[in-house]
Amino acid sequence: MEKVIAGYSVDVTEEGYLTNKGQWNKEIAEAIAKEIGIDELTEGHWKVIEFIQKDLAKTEKMPTIRRVKNAGGIETKELYRLFPEGPLLKATKIAGLSKPVSCV
Amino acid sequence: MLNNEKIKKVSIVVSKGSLEGIYPALIMANGARMQGIEANLFFTFFGMDAITKKKMGNIKVATVGNPAMGIPTLIGAIPGMSYFATRMMKKQMEELDIPPIPEFIEMIDDAGGKIYACLASVDMFKLKKEDFCDQLEKILTVGEFYDISAGGQIIFT
Repeated sequence: MEKVIAGYSVDVTEEGYLTNKGQWNKEIAEAIAKEIGIDELTEGHWKVIEFIQKDLAKTEKMPTIRRVKNAGGIETKELYRLFPEGPLLKATKIAGLSKPVSCV
Repeated sequence: MLNNEKIKKVSIVVSKGSLEGIYPALIMANGARMQGIEANLFFTFFGMDAITKKKMGNIKVATVGNPAMGIPTLIGAIPGMSYFATRMMKKQMEELDIPPIPEFIEMIDDAGGKIYACLASVDMFKLKKEDFCDQLEKILTVGEFYDISAGGQIIFT
């Protein structure tokens, strides 16, 4: 379905995940973040978002929380602090990626 | 309660000390936190091996009395079989980025999940708080466990 986020018309799933990552930009990221309760994207948030985007492009697999820690150097505690109540779900949504399907 | 109301809290009781007895509970607790659900883990009886410093790094698959393994019981009893089966399973899990038990416990704790041990079992096995990993929040009575679990779902494994 189509949705207007930060003035851009983008394609999203019913849960609000972008389906075309080519439509993503930082303004959209900020608008999605606000919508899911993160008022401001700090340097820490961007570090997570950029790692997930890069790692997915490199490995073609959505990184797990464990991988964000081991390969991305972001401690799990920090990840939960930045994106409370569902860190990967939130971070991937803000990053314009699909919803993660892993159990871990 | 509405049928489709979101789960807000789970309290999982871990009573078994085998690899296949422990992992599902850890995956469910960690998965709950990943979903923004509050998670408590309550270890009792042999389940406490998963949070005991001396034993948590050495949890094995049960190769005897486990028909789903496809190994006849007498073969499963041969020394080394459990070690071999455990090694195979750990390799598979590593590929899926499922951590070894000590790291998994740390991950759940970092994620805000709470780790508890059962007082009756602690007394029965003559354990002390120092015998447990640092992530142990508290040793609880059953009554306290129910208090902590109030308003959530309880799962027994």
